[in-house]
Amino acid sequence: MSLRVDDLKVYYRTLRGDVQALDGVTFEIADGEIMGLAGESGCGKSTLGKSLIRLDGRMRHVGGSVTLDGKQLPLGDDRAMNAFRFKSVSIVPQYAMSALNPTRKVGRIAEELLESRGIHFDGVRPELVRRLELVGLSKDVLGMFPIELSGGMKQRTVMVLSTLLNPSLLIADEVTSALDVSSQRAVAEMLVEFRERSYVKSMVFITHDLAILYQAADTILVMYAGRLAEKASSDAVISRPKHPYTQLLVSSLPEVGVRYADRRLEGIPGKPPSLLEPPQGCRFRDRCPLAFAKCAEQPPFVEVEPGHRVACWAVT
Amino acid sequence: MAAPRDLEPATVPQAGVATVGGPAVAVEPQAAAGAPVPAHRSEFVYFALRNWKFVLGLGVVLVFLAAALFGPMIASHAPLEFSGPTDQPPSSDYWFGTTSFGQDVFAQFVHGLRAAFLVGAVGGGIAWVLGAVVGFTAGYRGGAIDDVLNMLTNVVLVIPTLAILIIVSAYMNVHSYAVEAVLIGLTSWPWAARAVRAQTFTLKTRDFVDVARLSGRSTRQVISSEIAPNMSSYLLMMFILLFGGAILIGASLDFLGLGPSESVSLGLMMNNAFLSSALVLGSWWWFLPPGIGIIGIVGGLYVMNVGLDEVFNPRLRET
Amino acid sequence: MLTLDGVSKVYRIGAFGGKSLQAVRGVSFDLRPGEIVSLIGESGSGKSTIGRMILRLDRVTSGTISFDGGDIAQLGRTGTKAYYREVQGVFQDPFSSYNPVFKADRVFAMIRGAYFPGVGNDEWHEKLCASLASVGLGPGEVLNRYPHQLSGGQLQRLLIARALLLDIRILVADEVISMLDASTRIDVLNLLADLKSRGLGILFITHDLSLGNYVSDRTLILHRGAVVEMGATEKVFGDPRHAYTRMLLASVPHLHERWRDRKRNGDLALPPASRDDPAPVLVEVDTDHLAALPGKGEPS
Repeated sequence: MSLRVDDLKVYYRTLRGDVQALDGVTFEIADGEIMGLAGESGCGKSTLGKSLIRLDGRMRHVGGSVTLDGKQLPLGDDRAMNAFRFKSVSIVPQYAMSALNPTRKVGRIAEELLESRGIHFDGVRPELVRRLELVGLSKDVLGMFPIELSGGMKQRTVMVLSTLLNPSLLIADEVTSALDVSSQRAVAEMLVEFRERSYVKSMVFITHDLAILYQAADTILVMYAGRLAEKASSDAVISRPKHPYTQLLVSSLPEVGVRYADRRLEGIPGKPPSLLEPPQGCRFRDRCPLAFAKCAEQPPFVEVEPGHRVACWAVT
Repeated sequence: MAAPRDLEPATVPQAGVATVGGPAVAVEPQAAAGAPVPAHRSEFVYFALRNWKFVLGLGVVLVFLAAALFGPMIASHAPLEFSGPTDQPPSSDYWFGTTSFGQDVFAQFVHGLRAAFLVGAVGGGIAWVLGAVVGFTAGYRGGAIDDVLNMLTNVVLVIPTLAILIIVSAYMNVHSYAVEAVLIGLTSWPWAARAVRAQTFTLKTRDFVDVARLSGRSTRQVISSEIAPNMSSYLLMMFILLFGGAILIGASLDFLGLGPSESVSLGLMMNNAFLSSALVLGSWWWFLPPGIGIIGIVGGLYVMNVGLDEVFNPRLRET
Repeated sequence: MLTLDGVSKVYRIGAFGGKSLQAVRGVSFDLRPGEIVSLIGESGSGKSTIGRMILRLDRVTSGTISFDGGDIAQLGRTGTKAYYREVQGVFQDPFSSYNPVFKADRVFAMIRGAYFPGVGNDEWHEKLCASLASVGLGPGEVLNRYPHQLSGGQLQRLLIARALLLDIRILVADEVISMLDASTRIDVLNLLADLKSRGLGILFITHDLSLGNYVSDRTLILHRGAVVEMGATEKVFGDPRHAYTRMLLASVPHLHERWRDRKRNGDLALPPASRDDPAPVLVEVDTDHLAALPGKGEPS
């Protein structure tokens, strides 16, 4: 499978104007690649994840295209996208584990989900049970109500349900953020396991936590203020970041082993620009220690090394 | 564990809570989810005046209020005076015609409006105060106090109010609308108390309540200075509903003949009209004005409330 | 300065309070001036409850919390007010900590009446600016604004400034940065570390081991309401003795070592301890390093 996103623009319509949440984003994901999508609040990563499968209420597809396995996805058309959802592209949305209908047993939720896609539940049930057992849940889970399950269990259930039809692309939106440390590792490893067993071909793993991405993702795409900053293998992004934002971000992460008494970490002063009226040129300019005159022009997202792309004039 | 709250717009919205303006503008604040409108009076007025339901409802109520305030001054006859010919349709002397006892329907109507607003204000007001006090206390204190107040609320809620009011009215020989209003107020507070309690429970868990406690505030101070302002929109809408509800109950009581008989109210007018077979006789000028009066005021209040709900909770607005 | 001795908290739950939930079991430790102690635990470990009990927002079921030798449960209204002059807290959600219908600097006005009654306007403003400066905020950027106009980092700092205005001796920081962006987190964390030099004692409650490791002098690991390991931070993280601590450390994603490259020695398996068990006994395994004896069925 392959995913190609070309100059994608998605804006939010608000009373005060258009929030340019995603402003011309271009990248590819190869077959079997787990791409981590990282960035801070307002960078557009959740918007990107959601626009690949369903634009909600106030989102507007303003430009650009998304091509999955050679077919262009009709992003703007909700009904036409229905044919792709769940079968080709699937999502585990943020707060998914809180979104299970509390008045339904898990088995019923699964049944309704599949029937709504025209899939006969009984035919798929054995596979569903097999997968639940793979992730450490017994088939009794199907007869339980969501409230009887713990956070980690709910998250695993939702992930099994989302990938039941072996989608080409899975979008995992902050699936580990609300979990305890011990469950986080289990869920992150589960994502990789799904890819190993071909339940899912490729994945977009959205999170703010770079460390988890280092563990579970093949490549990391760093976003800032609606634009792409850097994309490279997870090793490269963590050990040899090129974009100043990535560099500052990685160096601000505390790690077990690093203590304040030994080495004081620094953050990034300032805050991201408003996306209602974003600044011209590179959006990181105001906070960037390397900014110079050329930064008034938006840098292109180009390959500076094989498999390593950056959008920064100081690098290219 | 919580993810950085500053994640983009996807936060789960909470019902009955307002934000003004669109979703997160890039930076962290999704504070809106869970917070009512900040006290931007001008913004509130801006949206309120643009909401046709609010404006329409308010307009209707204000028209009737004006009639209640000024009508009795311009009415040429006393409401209960047997001043003129019986059963006359509207004419230049008697704008709304006369009853079958020769009373001026217009005079009765405008005096009745006054009584209606009185009952609404006093009855609704008492219910509002009681409901708020019980609700806040039960919601904030929790525990045994909550259990006791809850039981009390449920008992009063379950009692068939109209039946009690009928019995009390029959024995007490209600002499004025103020007394009737008090009785109504004392029996219609439970649902308000429950609603306030539920909201208080939610607000109590918010950290700003803890911050207030850490600043040395007492329970009473926390409720009045922290919790109540957050519910201002809710409390306002609750008052409007209680106001309208009190008028309705009052009119029902009067219609059943259980209200004060020496004065005039809309319900009593309808009662008299009914008893005098006005419908059969075709004296529409007798029962139509009070009917329209009741429907107009109460309906106007409810429509106003729906409009207010949309103003306070932009998610309900059609954008 | 602050001492907890066998502190437990039991909640009554269920209809009519029939069942009980042991949120905290027999926790003992102390907090000295000029030191940062981390309370590390996952959800349900009771760490926030301990913080709330220290702040007198919840009552202790058994055991004592003493401040300067006096039992805080005995404080009346005036005693509590005086207590809050010395002990304050900052919580996880910056946007929930501010009453949204009022401006953000109201948090200062709230303490002015109670604690600074005679202070004139000019002097008050000076104090405010000094406090804001010590947390790295300019008066122009935060005064007279509503909470939704400020960022999470600014709001958290404002709360710390409020606490500093009172000239406190103990600050309870409950997950104060978990809702902030990565790039602002470290700034607030550095701020807390800097406050140490003012003689402040800080109780840093978190679920994130790397944060605790970065900033604290001593660490307590909580599991289901009880302390399973405690001591100097380097010792607890460098030489974890209890199975739960080891499990936590093994599950944390590192930035320079992949999980799959580490030796797996069964660290991740852990039979769940029950809340109804008595608090585990802590034994000294090294100077300034205590760990609980393994319970029934727990790996050692």
